[in-house]
Amino acid sequence: MRLTLRIWRQRGTSDAGELVTYPMDDVSPDMSFLEMLDVLNEELILRGEEPVAFDHDCREGICGMCGLMINGVAHGPERATTACQLHMRHFADGDTVTIEPWRARPFPVVRDLVVDRSAFDRIIESGGYISAPTGSAPDAHAVPVPKPDADTAFEAAACIGCGACVAACPNGSAMLFTAAKATHLGLLPQGQPERYSRAEAMVRTHDELGFGGCTNTGECTAVCPKGIPLDTIGRLNSDLLRGALRS
Amino acid sequence: MVRLWRSTVGKKAVMAVSGAGLLLYVIAHMLANLKIFFGARSLDGYGHWLRELAAPVFGYEGVVWIARAGLLACVLLHMTTAIQLARRARAARPIGYRHRRPVQGSYSARTMRWGGVLIALFVVYHVLDITAGVVNPNGVPGQDYRNVTASFGRWYVAVFYMLAVTALGFHIRHGMWSAFQSLGISTAKRRRALRAIALGVAVVITAGFLSVPIAVLTGVLT
Repeated sequence: MRLTLRIWRQRGTSDAGELVTYPMDDVSPDMSFLEMLDVLNEELILRGEEPVAFDHDCREGICGMCGLMINGVAHGPERATTACQLHMRHFADGDTVTIEPWRARPFPVVRDLVVDRSAFDRIIESGGYISAPTGSAPDAHAVPVPKPDADTAFEAAACIGCGACVAACPNGSAMLFTAAKATHLGLLPQGQPERYSRAEAMVRTHDELGFGGCTNTGECTAVCPKGIPLDTIGRLNSDLLRGALRS
Repeated sequence: MVRLWRSTVGKKAVMAVSGAGLLLYVIAHMLANLKIFFGARSLDGYGHWLRELAAPVFGYEGVVWIARAGLLACVLLHMTTAIQLARRARAARPIGYRHRRPVQGSYSARTMRWGGVLIALFVVYHVLDITAGVVNPNGVPGQDYRNVTASFGRWYVAVFYMLAVTALGFHIRHGMWSAFQSLGISTAKRRRALRAIALGVAVVITAGFLSVPIAVLTGVLT
């Protein structure tokens, strides 16, 4: 396959950056998107040029490190698929592929396609946990959890924190990420004592970090590699408003 | 309450509640408009009845002014939060994408902001035209039927009106469902039904509003 890549190149956070075109002559349809970038980087190194910086780790779709805006869609054209699990067979010979980093003020570009997603850690630190006395692990069935609640909590807990929701949101909102954690913990018995204060604290941190507000367009859930549903945001809204009415 | 007002979720809740108030008014307004098809006496009589409603308690036009005050409060809250959230959203992405393709967001969801601006501009003209009668060719208070037909007798006013109520339909289609989501009422089970209800309400309201200028343009109402 022959492809024309247009890749965002930026030396550092303060650099302006630009799209640079790289022709690729021999792309295998069986390569993953990241393997294709590996091949490009090998060529660039051989030519003595600076390789393209991009984030990656597990390459099996569970770590949340890889995050690329591919032709204007977070993680590319396949639904519920991370960029590392996207294969080149989903592109056609002769395609032009534009690759950009996530764009949001709280996600500054570190270099090329790498952004700093520490803002997500700040949101988790503000309430994405349960305060539990440590000690030996309790018996698995000591606290019964209804099966539907366990399923919905697990669905939300599948969030890998990749940031695609922020990248795709027309408002640069991280509400799906925040709501996934609030739903995951808020549905389980262990998460109940801090349910309302958690929603309040996490949304406050989310807003302070400079993320936008949610307008319920659903772009986030469409690109989420884990398919976190939009209903989680409704649940977060409900927890926040109920908490505010209670206090 | 202050903390709630500062949060994006709180602002969306304010938008939802003020929007609900405006939506209820719009439904009542659309239904009242249909009185025009029962003749001048029906429409003008309704206007007179509305002004005399609870007159012993609130005085002549008292209820109308209370409603206007409530509507103005809703409009101000709705617009203030909308502008604040739009500014936040713009600040959240100072550098945009060179290549951007919407995946999911519906046309109505994407046009909420500019559609809202169009509706606001229309409302200003509409109040000057029908309520105040300043820019109305007839402009006689109490002659609602003649004022409306005289206004829509100019095709460009009718077209502007039809454009505005279509924008209103799109606004309601996303806004009504979005309000349920913002207030945390929409759940996985209810979402499909709520979206269908929002679409139905939007279509009925738009069709009801469109019927009057179309009737004037086609000569059904003279």
